[in-house]
Amino acid sequence: MAKSQELAVQQKKELAPKEEKTVPARYFVPSTDIYETETALTVIMEVPGVEKKDVSVQLEGDVLRVEGRIDFSKYEGMEPVYAEYNVGHYARAFTLSSKIDRDSISAELDDGVLTLTLKKSKEALPRRIAIR
Amino acid sequence: MAMLLPDPFDALASLQQALDAFRASDWLEAGPSGAGAYPPLNVFRKGDDYVIIAEVPGLKKSDLDIQVKDRTIRIAGTKSIDYAENAGLHRRERLAGRFDRAVSIPIEIDADKVKAEYRDGILALYLPRAEHDKPRSIKIA
Repeated sequence: MAKSQELAVQQKKELAPKEEKTVPARYFVPSTDIYETETALTVIMEVPGVEKKDVSVQLEGDVLRVEGRIDFSKYEGMEPVYAEYNVGHYARAFTLSSKIDRDSISAELDDGVLTLTLKKSKEALPRRIAIR
Repeated sequence: MAMLLPDPFDALASLQQALDAFRASDWLEAGPSGAGAYPPLNVFRKGDDYVIIAEVPGLKKSDLDIQVKDRTIRIAGTKSIDYAENAGLHRRERLAGRFDRAVSIPIEIDADKVKAEYRDGILALYLPRAEHDKPRSIKIA
């Protein structure tokens, strides 16, 4: 179904954070898919241009904070002549439910896509009750 | 503004401002075929040569098809997104589908020397300006 569909352009959304940064640079909100299976919650974010070493995933209380920084030194000596999108770091935060096993969050970065796997805690897994 | 230290963050802000300034530029022309608007492109000049950069996260190298003919560059491909089976979707912001975009650039390029690089979801096309198209200085006799 998706294969025959024309891929539309998504305008990058600028981050409107609760607290301002001290530096004037703009941040963007990465497009994100979140899905849940029986055992885990998966968060998939598009962060083109971010390298593995520049990703930070933090869990403070219930808040999962993801930041991806781009290395804009690659743009040195390059003079723009035409632009359709802007570049900047990425940041986004989600409030998690308490059902997540905090110690087993894993992250993977491939082709500009960051995949976080948040395993559900044992108490939150569905249990089968046997009928005697 | 007093600057005590070279500030790398300021460099990003300047880059962002410069990119904004070129939003309305009509430098790049739509090509004769492939009318799509994806992927969005930025074009930079680097010395005599030009660099086209596009953000195409989630694509594999093999999903991309790039063609160059004279001054026209065509970028085509298909982006697919797979979800695990039996998954309940909470949020769906990423888009999938096929794309085909062709653009004409207003300089002559050396089509044999065009290089493409793909890393971390960023496609970079290096377009060397054709030798005969480079500006020459004319000495006044």
